[in-house]
Amino acid sequence: MNFLNKDITSIHQSLVNGDITVEQLTKEAIENSKNNEKNINAFITIDEENAIKRAQEIDKRGINPDNLLSGIPVAMKDNMLTKDVLTSAGSKMLSNFKPIISGTAVNKMLDADTVSIGKTNMDEFAMGSSTETSYYGKTHNPWNLDKVPGGSSGGSAASVAAGDVLAALGSDTGGSIRQPAAFNGIVGMKPTYGRVSRWGLIAFASSFDQIGPLTNNVYDNALVLNHIAGHDEHDLTSSDKEVPDFTSNIDSGVKGMKIGLPKEYLGEGVSDDVREAIKSAADKYREMGADVEEVSLPHSKYGVTAYYIIAPSEASSNLQRFDGIRYGYRSENAKNLDQLYVKSRSEGFGDEVKRRIMLGTYSLSAGFFDAYFKKAAEVRTLITKDFQNVFQNYDLILTPTAPTPAFGLDENKDPLTMYMNDVLTIPVNMAGLPGMSLPAGFSDGLPIGMQLIGKPFDETTMYKAAYAFEKNTDFHKQTPKIGGDK
Amino acid sequence: MSEKISKNTVSHVASLAKLELTDKQLPYFTDQLGNIMGIFDSLNEVDTTDVEPTFSVTDQINVMREDIADNWGERDQLLQNAPDVADGLIRTPTIIDESGD
Amino acid sequence: MNFETTIGLEVHVELKTNSKIFSPSPVGYGAEANLNTNVIDWGYPGVLPTTNKGVVKDGIVAALALHANVNQHPHFDRKNYFYPDNPKAYQITQQDTPDATDGWIEIDVDGKKKKIGIEEMHIEEDAGKNSHGKNYSYVDLNRQGTPLIEIVSKPDIASPDEAYAYLEALRQRILFTGISDVKMEEGSMRVDVNISIRPYGQKEFGTKVELKNLNSFNYVRKGLAYEEKRQRQILMSGGKIQQQTRRFDENNGTTILMRVKEGSDDYRYFPEPDLPSLNISNKWIDDINSKMPEMPNSRRNRYVNELGLTEYDAMVLTQTKEMSDFFDKMIELGADVKMASNYLQGNVNAYLNDKQVDLSQTEITPENLTTMIKLIEDSTISSKMAKKVFKAITEGKEPEKFVNDNGMVQLSDPKKLQPIIDEVLSNNPQSIEDFHNGKDRAIGFLVGQIMKQTRGKANPQVVNKLLMASMNK
Repeated sequence: MNFLNKDITSIHQSLVNGDITVEQLTKEAIENSKNNEKNINAFITIDEENAIKRAQEIDKRGINPDNLLSGIPVAMKDNMLTKDVLTSAGSKMLSNFKPIISGTAVNKMLDADTVSIGKTNMDEFAMGSSTETSYYGKTHNPWNLDKVPGGSSGGSAASVAAGDVLAALGSDTGGSIRQPAAFNGIVGMKPTYGRVSRWGLIAFASSFDQIGPLTNNVYDNALVLNHIAGHDEHDLTSSDKEVPDFTSNIDSGVKGMKIGLPKEYLGEGVSDDVREAIKSAADKYREMGADVEEVSLPHSKYGVTAYYIIAPSEASSNLQRFDGIRYGYRSENAKNLDQLYVKSRSEGFGDEVKRRIMLGTYSLSAGFFDAYFKKAAEVRTLITKDFQNVFQNYDLILTPTAPTPAFGLDENKDPLTMYMNDVLTIPVNMAGLPGMSLPAGFSDGLPIGMQLIGKPFDETTMYKAAYAFEKNTDFHKQTPKIGGDK
Repeated sequence: MSEKISKNTVSHVASLAKLELTDKQLPYFTDQLGNIMGIFDSLNEVDTTDVEPTFSVTDQINVMREDIADNWGERDQLLQNAPDVADGLIRTPTIIDESGD
Repeated sequence: MNFETTIGLEVHVELKTNSKIFSPSPVGYGAEANLNTNVIDWGYPGVLPTTNKGVVKDGIVAALALHANVNQHPHFDRKNYFYPDNPKAYQITQQDTPDATDGWIEIDVDGKKKKIGIEEMHIEEDAGKNSHGKNYSYVDLNRQGTPLIEIVSKPDIASPDEAYAYLEALRQRILFTGISDVKMEEGSMRVDVNISIRPYGQKEFGTKVELKNLNSFNYVRKGLAYEEKRQRQILMSGGKIQQQTRRFDENNGTTILMRVKEGSDDYRYFPEPDLPSLNISNKWIDDINSKMPEMPNSRRNRYVNELGLTEYDAMVLTQTKEMSDFFDKMIELGADVKMASNYLQGNVNAYLNDKQVDLSQTEITPENLTTMIKLIEDSTISSKMAKKVFKAITEGKEPEKFVNDNGMVQLSDPKKLQPIIDEVLSNNPQSIEDFHNGKDRAIGFLVGQIMKQTRGKANPQVVNKLLMASMNK
């Protein structure tokens, strides 16, 4: 069985009715995934043994009719700690790393009785926008195998788009959930910073990183977020704000909602098809009764630059712990301590990770802190203030998720060009706001995503607007023909 | 090529980060890092006088843990998974420079 | 040429909290290797620190004890460097916003009082410990994450003696707050020093030399004195001081070059993004302030001015908070000031030294010691008997019960003594005659007889008085 075009509620109903057991469902999901793997390579690990064991346990206990997630096959990005299961973060550095604990989001998915069938491929240490930098090979876009799935949560997005699983968790530092969701024609939510605990998420850039769900549709997405959100005593930056039920009143429509359309997000670099799709989406919202007006976020254009100072700086520090001493890859070519450090790190990290570590090390080094890191942090304040200004009068902001649909594998060889791909998603992370991507059109058979940006901790309004759009369009109903006619 | 950063600087930065670059890699990375840093100057266009920097976007403030000891009992598992241990200690090549703080 | 010396001291004090500064693992000495460690202490991928409230509180206590201004909006920073005992390859410390600034303490060198300024204090995590074998080194992370307070002096210290006095005063004040054991020998107090000299009148400071391996206050003083002399000789002979780190050699009291510093290390500090900032309220500070223990200076002044003790007695009694608290409690219970002071400095200290224990580890309490002193005061026991009573106290016995049970109550009542004296006199008419003939020795004989009759319990002073009165009748 594949889950193309399926939703959690209907699969749940089949389980409750006894049309299928969790074990059967899990086995079919794994078989389908294995078939897809030849073309897509969405997984680093398919954890068949544990998944089936878990499925059997849930069958034994019986499906809880009140828990829609019970027995549902899911997948986890490989930068989330899963006890005793390889957690590589897409890196040779952790190619032997089986954690002794699971992260909070993973545990919450387990508590919800989902069945994780495996760990998904990603750009090494989540540094990338194409899932091409993984030590475990590139992931292919299910819509067109010559295209990238986006990144860094490319494996998670492709696994959902290919119908391997009904939901996957990803992480988003500068767009790593939303951009692959857009490239794969699915729904991806990066919640407000602090909404989901980061405990057990291998850190890339601590002040940006956030875990969120990727799903076939908006309702399923809200359902998963319900389960993973909330304060965690292990993550002091996680918010103690109450977590609402994101599915309640999700169908209440957009009448009277005020949506801002920032002109800076439709300018140069955005492809015509993408621009047209967003304009059509704006019209659709007007049709449904929302007010859509042009707004301005003047400092967002500095987002990429500020981001590529701050995020690599944090990353350079976060990745220093990978030194070959306590866990992970240790070079066998070292004759003394310094060589152990240098060789383990030089052999264990790929080029993109090295690039960002050096970039960050430079930005933080003596004499540059004020000119780079601090200046970028000040610009970050201005970017945030722009959003605050708009949100005084608007409920949501509508933009494209990415400037173009999925690009070709190996097409973007220049790092800077690749970095520019995140220009529309990065400002959201800079301000810690919630942002989501949902299907909004097609260009040459490739999905186009639109981004909704919400007020802090107001994912509820975003889900309502996304749900209304989805109900009135059929972009999400289209499915890829994997390996078939291109 | 950008003059943003020299090969010497890249070498220095690499050594701070405990990375080694081969003779072939050095010009390659220098070139790329120079290109990336080329965009850094655009921030100078932004007037940030009297603007406070944002180092974190958490809504939390003053969250602390009570001072209660709790041993999670993870030692044996941590040691089992470490690359090299001896008698409950983590083993490394001899540390020669005692300059650590 | 005359030179003036400038000494800077960086003192690290380990806090006695229950748990580590950023993880709930227990803090403590002597545990089996790596026993007190968890994934946070190992800098495991994906883990996050959590700030220990007790450490923040102790930081405020230390700031108040050193007259420093508490920073109400501190945050933590990362200090980046690779080392096997530093598992994250960064130390969480306070670089940008110290815990407190601008404090001072008073020192006393040969009766000369001087205020030494404290530049800043910050709270941070300690590293693990490396040990070295023949072909390998070994890492124990038990100490990783132990809370530290670093206290940085202003360049006010002008001699090795002042440095010694500063350390002593600092140690005492911290000790009295109860936040640390401040023991150099156990590493709960560690000292880094730097010293420079310059010709009198020169504005700029001279080139700093750092000294390491100073494991006692005495070594600090010796090392600085040697270094002061070494630098003076270099300058006198026209040489230049090199910026370097030198190691103190305990065996011959000299310093040896460890390494020459070229520029400063690049620690790439930046604000720790995993920890929300703190907002320390006035209420919290006031609350802590209201519960601050009285500091040694203030206690010494009180002992001298209110209780009439000598400066010396006051100093000895305030060596530890425990002793001073003990003394205060005795006075509160009504013990005679001078006697309490003498007993603590004499018998009690001798006992502690002999047994190598702290007061709290003994059976001696302010209550039982005060009871004993009162028994002496009202002549129930003699000071000779008191020695036995003190021994009994150390064995956990109640002084009053012990005195009664052993019939040690002194016979001081004239009504009971007079008949015995009369009997002795009537049995020894020769002695009375001898006395009247000027033979003083007769008195000694008679007293001896009376003591014999009372089996040694008679109060000698009372006996003397009554005997003389009877003889002269």
